[in-house]
Amino acid sequence: MTTGNDRAAVVVLDGASKSFGALKALDRVDLSVGPGECLGLVGHNGAGKSTLVNLITGLFAPTEGGVSYPGAADHRAAGIRSISQEGTLCPNLTVLENLQVTQRDLTGWGWRGAAAGRVMAALDAIFPGHRIRAHTLVIDMTLAEQQMVEIAIGFAEGATPARLVVLDEPTSSLDASIAAQLMTHIRRFCAGGGAVIFISHMLGEIFDVATRIVVMRDGRSIADRPAGDFTRQGLVDAMGHVADDDHQPSPAALARALGDKSSHILRTPEGVEARRGEIVGLAGLAGHGQAEALARFYLSRSSDWRGASDPQAVFVAGDRKRDGVMPVWSIRRNLTLAALDRLTRWGLIDHAAEARIGSEWQKRIGIRTPDMGNPILSLSGGNQQKALFARALATQAPVVVMDDPMRGVDIGTKTEVYDMIRHEAANGRTFLWYSTEMDEIRNCDRVFVFRDGAISAELEGVQITEEAILAASFEFGDSAA
Amino acid sequence: MMNIYKAPWFWAWVAAFAAFGATWSLSAGGGGGMALLVAALTFGSFSVLTGLGQMLVITMGPGNTDLSIPATMTLAATLSLKLMNGAGGVWIIAGLLTALLIGVGVGIVNFALIRLLRIPPIIATLSASFLYQSLAIWSNRGLRIKPPQALADFTTGRAVLGIPNLAWLALAITVVFWVILNRARFGRRISAIGQNPRAARLAGVPVASVTAATYVTCAVMAGLTGFLLACFSGGAALNMGAEFLLMSIAVTVIGGSSIAGGNSNVPGIWGGALFMYLIVSMLNSYGLGAGVRLLSTGVIIIAIVAIASGRKARL
Amino acid sequence: MIRLALPVISLVVLICAVFWLQPRAMSYVGLNLLFNLAVPIALATVAQMVIIMVGDIDLSMGAFVSLIACITAAILPGNPALGAVMLLGCIAAYAALGALIEARQLPAIVVTLGMSFVWGGAAVLILPSPGGTAPGWLTAVMKAKPPLVPMAIIASIIIAAVAHLVVMRSAFGVRLRALGGNARAVSRAGRSTIALRAWAYALAGVFAVAAGMALVGLTTSGDANIALRYTLLSIAGVILGGGEFTGGRVSPIGAVIGALTLTLAGSFLSFLRLSPDWQIGAQGAILILVLAARLVVRQAEKRA
Repeated sequence: MTTGNDRAAVVVLDGASKSFGALKALDRVDLSVGPGECLGLVGHNGAGKSTLVNLITGLFAPTEGGVSYPGAADHRAAGIRSISQEGTLCPNLTVLENLQVTQRDLTGWGWRGAAAGRVMAALDAIFPGHRIRAHTLVIDMTLAEQQMVEIAIGFAEGATPARLVVLDEPTSSLDASIAAQLMTHIRRFCAGGGAVIFISHMLGEIFDVATRIVVMRDGRSIADRPAGDFTRQGLVDAMGHVADDDHQPSPAALARALGDKSSHILRTPEGVEARRGEIVGLAGLAGHGQAEALARFYLSRSSDWRGASDPQAVFVAGDRKRDGVMPVWSIRRNLTLAALDRLTRWGLIDHAAEARIGSEWQKRIGIRTPDMGNPILSLSGGNQQKALFARALATQAPVVVMDDPMRGVDIGTKTEVYDMIRHEAANGRTFLWYSTEMDEIRNCDRVFVFRDGAISAELEGVQITEEAILAASFEFGDSAA
Repeated sequence: MMNIYKAPWFWAWVAAFAAFGATWSLSAGGGGGMALLVAALTFGSFSVLTGLGQMLVITMGPGNTDLSIPATMTLAATLSLKLMNGAGGVWIIAGLLTALLIGVGVGIVNFALIRLLRIPPIIATLSASFLYQSLAIWSNRGLRIKPPQALADFTTGRAVLGIPNLAWLALAITVVFWVILNRARFGRRISAIGQNPRAARLAGVPVASVTAATYVTCAVMAGLTGFLLACFSGGAALNMGAEFLLMSIAVTVIGGSSIAGGNSNVPGIWGGALFMYLIVSMLNSYGLGAGVRLLSTGVIIIAIVAIASGRKARL
Repeated sequence: MIRLALPVISLVVLICAVFWLQPRAMSYVGLNLLFNLAVPIALATVAQMVIIMVGDIDLSMGAFVSLIACITAAILPGNPALGAVMLLGCIAAYAALGALIEARQLPAIVVTLGMSFVWGGAAVLILPSPGGTAPGWLTAVMKAKPPLVPMAIIASIIIAAVAHLVVMRSAFGVRLRALGGNARAVSRAGRSTIALRAWAYALAGVFAVAAGMALVGLTTSGDANIALRYTLLSIAGVILGGGEFTGGRVSPIGAVIGALTLTLAGSFLSFLRLSPDWQIGAQGAILILVLAARLVVRQAEKRA
């Protein structure tokens, strides 16, 4: 089913399928994207969104069916650009040099000037007021700035103008005001005849910007309608999860016997405190020192020299590749790493006990795999994240430190993990939880809002509202809309 | 068992057997085979002992390589032989302990440089090896001290089943390493560091102490090998360790351990060590000159690595 | 630019120390003597830097430079055409090596380790015993005496400038550095990583060939073992020059300065009249000291 469009489409998928061995990642998808359209692509992890994008951007060839670019020989000539979740920048190059990697016409004398002109023009157009310079090394920039550069490169002028830009979770590291600038630009780009495929787990963004929404489930496109025909609830239902994400347990319902505020069991140099069994949130705009505060806290509570069978704290990574996953190992080995000391007798690992812990946590947290001995990389991102949660929870540590651990995780997994966190907290564990998403922060008993590396507000119970957090996140006098 | 050819050490063993067959057939078969086997096991043992230590270090990930093995071997051999001064009995124990303690000291210095100066291990161990070598030159003064007779007899002897004592010793140590890497927490932690040191630290792995223990183990193995080699060859020589730098790396990688870290392979060390010795004797028995011999050794190593690594080529 | 400060300071400190020990070195002839052997080392260091830049390491650099020296001394004077073809063949072999490493995803340490045997064997075949002569033009270039500034210093500046232009400024260099920074992104952008790695190795081969020729120009004869220590010198030079082992962050100017520093360290030790027993150890100690200084400066920078 395709939406009628008078002008020629930029890309047409005709019954395209893609299989990886026995797994059918994409199953007979028909889709066409025309100029001026902003297509919102939604679906859970593993629904086939990434595979669809990889077919469109020419990374894979379809196993069956076809992908065509009317009027162009291939995806490059068709002006298809993509910004992927895994990072397409080279950290050792400057901003302008990174443009050279994707734009082949930048050669000969004076290519630097041309490249700087193009990338800075794009940055100025999309993110007015940014403070990025063309000669800065990517490695020296913040995560948000890197994402902005990636987006700018996607939209930048080039030998082949951008006609379709695929944005896969483009706002994952951006704060609200920068994300709003991007939304504005996407609308402007589409009004000018460009097309965008927009993938986000933030449904608000999808509704904000998409003219048409395609819902994917199990490798199929199950709904393809103008955005106005969907309601938020309808969209969530279509994705196949009954979990209603508007249902937030009221903070009061969460309140447990936490005792007096002075009975805290930990206090960081920044002033973050927590009591036994408390879920403490670290909020605020991305990159304001929350992650650093957590890492410092964790490192101060663990030793570089001595492993402990009763660690004082455990860490759940949000950046799985950088901070969490051991790519060579099986799921089981990844899962038991933090609890290894409890499995060790005379320096040797008790493999039977390890297998027991592995299968116990597979059941408890629902890691979807036939065999815990499979490589961790055989899992989808959400399930890898579950394994990392299980790694932390399988220890006896009284404090669990979580560094924005839900990045790129689908709603279903999130709901399961929220429940688990509440359950563990009720059993007396303390959680320090940095999150960039309001839904998650509402799960907390107490929230510390960070601004410029320091705490700007401490909110508790019913005070934890989006308005209060936003107010504390922004400087006064700043146009925080 | 059906998939034995998928084991990372399989190709190293195939190559070793092929080299053995080729050399044996050239030397007219028969009794020459036993002599060749004994020689391969003896000289292979030294490669195995250094290779095991190097493998532990390489498992800790990219950049982790101990370039101080030759200097450590020389230093340990020189000082321990000087201490024993040909005397037997309790002096043998003292000499062995000296060699091992020198290993411990070298390992600690190597680790301290890596840790305190935050320099790549290759550079740290390389720079430090110059110091060790100077120390050995200074203490040796060109004298060649004979090892105690008992030790010379032991290292050249074949007490059990006609297999060299050195091979039995190396085999016993190999088993210990296999247990460390496959069954022990220490091995698990080395592998974690090799895959992602940052993630390992955040998962509670005591990265500093594991790294220190690994470098110390590697240096101790080098010290022990130096001690045994000096006893075997009738005295310490300044360049006695030279070939073991490349050899220790080569047997590790030919044996199927991943140079990218995190993945090690103990049986492959033996396959690699025997192969490296046999390939040289094969080329020797063809009566080839030094140039062709070197050239073919290099080509064969690369060919083996290219074929063996082809299995795990990424998409 | 800050990355360059430390290599520069180490070099200046070492120069001052040498001048203080041996005031006579503060002259045209003295400087020429001090830095003469730096030219081939600088070229080899830049070659090694290109390899490190794409995330590999070349343990065959010394053997390769020795082979080039043998070809230059034994074949080039008598048969320029054959010699030139052989040198070009060596560069092609390097490119093929890069392609093989990328295509089969091989560890560069092991492949170059194996290649060190191959280069060494070839060198022995070409020049079984030390000897040969340098082509006249090569000696003339290397031993030229330009006014005011010694040849070695001019050559070092030219090497640094050329390497900087090619590696840091040109679009070609950006592509090679991108390979070291994020190979996945490069292949996603539709470029062949195999071709890029082959180009990187070819570029390294060009600099290494120049190193071998420059060496013969200075020593006027070849030897299969003439440059074996270049493997370690070149790696140390890259690191002293502020290069990183991973991630494609290197500095060609720094690499040349690192090579000059290492050359000077050798002269410094001989001026100290150190017992030969300790010379090699002192070289290691200097390396450690420089690296320690680099750490101290970087930490001070962070605090500032």
